Amino acid sequence: MRLIPAHVPRASRPPARRVATGQWQDAAFERLTQGFALVVLATLAAILVALAISAWPALSAFGPAFFVTNAWNPVTGAFGGLAPIYGTLVTSAIALAIGVPVSFGIALFLTEMCPAPLRRALGTAVELLAAIPSIIYGMWGLFVFAPWFGDRVQPLLQSTAGELPVVGALFQGPPSGIGILTAGIILSVMIIPFIASVMRDVFEIVPSVLKESAYGLGATTWEVVWNVVLPYTRIGVIGGIMLGLGRALGETMAVTFVIGNAYRISAGLFHPGNSIASALANEFNEAADPIHRASLVTLGLVLFVLTVVVLALSRLLISRLAKGEGTRT
Amino acid sequence: MSRMARTLAATLLAAMAGLAHAVDITGAGATFPFPVYAKWAEAYQKSTGASVNYQSIGSGAGIAQIKARTVDFGATDMPVAGPDLASAGLVQFPAIIGGVVPIVNLEGAAPGELRLDGRALADIFLGRITRWNDPAIAALNPGVKLPSGAITVVRRSDGSGTTFLWTDYLSKASPEWKAKVGAGTAVAWPEGVGGKGNEGVAAYVQRIKGSIGYVEYAYAKRNRMKHVAMRNRDGQFVQPDYRSFQAAAAGADWKGAPGFGLVLTDQPGNGSWPVTGASFILMQATQERPERGVEAMKFFAWSFAHGAKMAAELDYVALPEALVRQVESAWRARIRDASGKALLGAP
Repeated sequence: MRLIPAHVPRASRPPARRVATGQWQDAAFERLTQGFALVVLATLAAILVALAISAWPALSAFGPAFFVTNAWNPVTGAFGGLAPIYGTLVTSAIALAIGVPVSFGIALFLTEMCPAPLRRALGTAVELLAAIPSIIYGMWGLFVFAPWFGDRVQPLLQSTAGELPVVGALFQGPPSGIGILTAGIILSVMIIPFIASVMRDVFEIVPSVLKESAYGLGATTWEVVWNVVLPYTRIGVIGGIMLGLGRALGETMAVTFVIGNAYRISAGLFHPGNSIASALANEFNEAADPIHRASLVTLGLVLFVLTVVVLALSRLLISRLAKGEGTRT
Repeated sequence: MSRMARTLAATLLAAMAGLAHAVDITGAGATFPFPVYAKWAEAYQKSTGASVNYQSIGSGAGIAQIKARTVDFGATDMPVAGPDLASAGLVQFPAIIGGVVPIVNLEGAAPGELRLDGRALADIFLGRITRWNDPAIAALNPGVKLPSGAITVVRRSDGSGTTFLWTDYLSKASPEWKAKVGAGTAVAWPEGVGGKGNEGVAAYVQRIKGSIGYVEYAYAKRNRMKHVAMRNRDGQFVQPDYRSFQAAAAGADWKGAPGFGLVLTDQPGNGSWPVTGASFILMQATQERPERGVEAMKFFAWSFAHGAKMAAELDYVALPEALVRQVESAWRARIRDASGKALLGAP
């Protein structure tokens, strides 16, 4: 049976008299959009090339040792970027460790349990949190959060969790409210709105028939979320987490304010540390020595590569998950 | 209608001619003297109509810009060494003087009450002196009851001329500091937490009990930070102010330094503040566009003559009279056009 009568033209085929102009416009539009897309690629390549060229003096002087030694002495010109690389990874890990569960909770509450009138207000509040400039987070972190954290929370943590074997080592350091842990916490506050709003948006697109079926079978809210909502939306959820991770890796101002900016690697999270982005923000202006400048650019290159790797890994993860789709019952 | 348009066009043309007549010069570099240069430029424009555009992009960038000839003058807090000046074809002169002041967060101490010397400060910043009641500090402060708390060192995290002056002084005061750390706009700090900018250091010092840091004098004064009295080279304890900074500048041997490349730390003189420094201007010795070079020198000559009070209002110190004469004679001797003719004639 034919649903569409033969004399009705297909939607993709424009009427005959408009064919000429239409084709021309289509071609032009295609070229234009293609051009925009290529600009992105070209910019990316140009950045990579420019970074690599400017980083070369440091790379050739220090070799691969640059990435595994902790030395940062602008006076003698000896540089090794391990401390900021370590700081970037650790603060981002702390941010994700706190941010992901909290965002998940927020999104869950907003989509599954929140009373309708509150839903909109809360959702807007979460999105507003994302619109606050990072320097505001930095100032708030330094002037409000760090004093409170240093006076109240850190001594408490040291006298409790700090006494534990193994884990206790994480809670060593001067309780001044400034350091790696504070930076990680501030970062988590900054990435929560991103992850939470993406999670909420993808949770909302889960067809209600799926959820209702599960509820109908007697599943609890948790079971519905864990067995129906999350598997259905995992690609979006991972995308949201990667978005947050990307912001955490590259965040500059807020981290600079609270991380303590010391080139050191210590197990204790209360100690001051450094991150790649804040090292760049701090030192680029006054780095007159070419090798100092090149070392900073090398750090920038590391951050660039790190971000690309994170994105690539998330793509890989998503494609792995997509392959497995439908095999589970 | 057309008459109105004609009048408008004529006015516009006249205005543009007026603008084209004045040469607008640009400078870039150090952040430390920015408030003074901005103030001078504003007053200079009001008085002469010529505009000076100064961008505080940092000393390192300022040096790079003047070398690339993209600006008419560069500015740096750390003087460029004589041989480097010669090879880059640059002329250097000081333009303004300021000081760096140690600040503390110490309960019970009034501003300026605690006394320290260079050796004690170097040991604190090296992490050798870790408690406020250390005998070395107690010996400098007889009769003062010092708390037993730990000392937290706060320093700049960004590269800065302030850090250069501070570490240069510590290098002069302590051989160990010189060997282990040295002097520079950024150094490998053995101790402490880093705050971004003067405001970052001040914020850390204000909130960490028992901390010590260093900031520009103007910043310490405006924010009523608890500063420290320091023992100078002549063994006198001095307070940071206009007089002690100028005393340090006056006692210096400017003639002996190529390109006026003197760092005014640890200068002799009874009243000299030990961590004083000048901020420097760099110009091309051979001016490809002489009219711009002349305009830049005119601006600084005007500022030296009229800007002392404006500088004092911002808690900076103008150059002593004798030094201004030396700078002006250096202009006449060194700054030339492409054909080798001096830009400024004899006064």
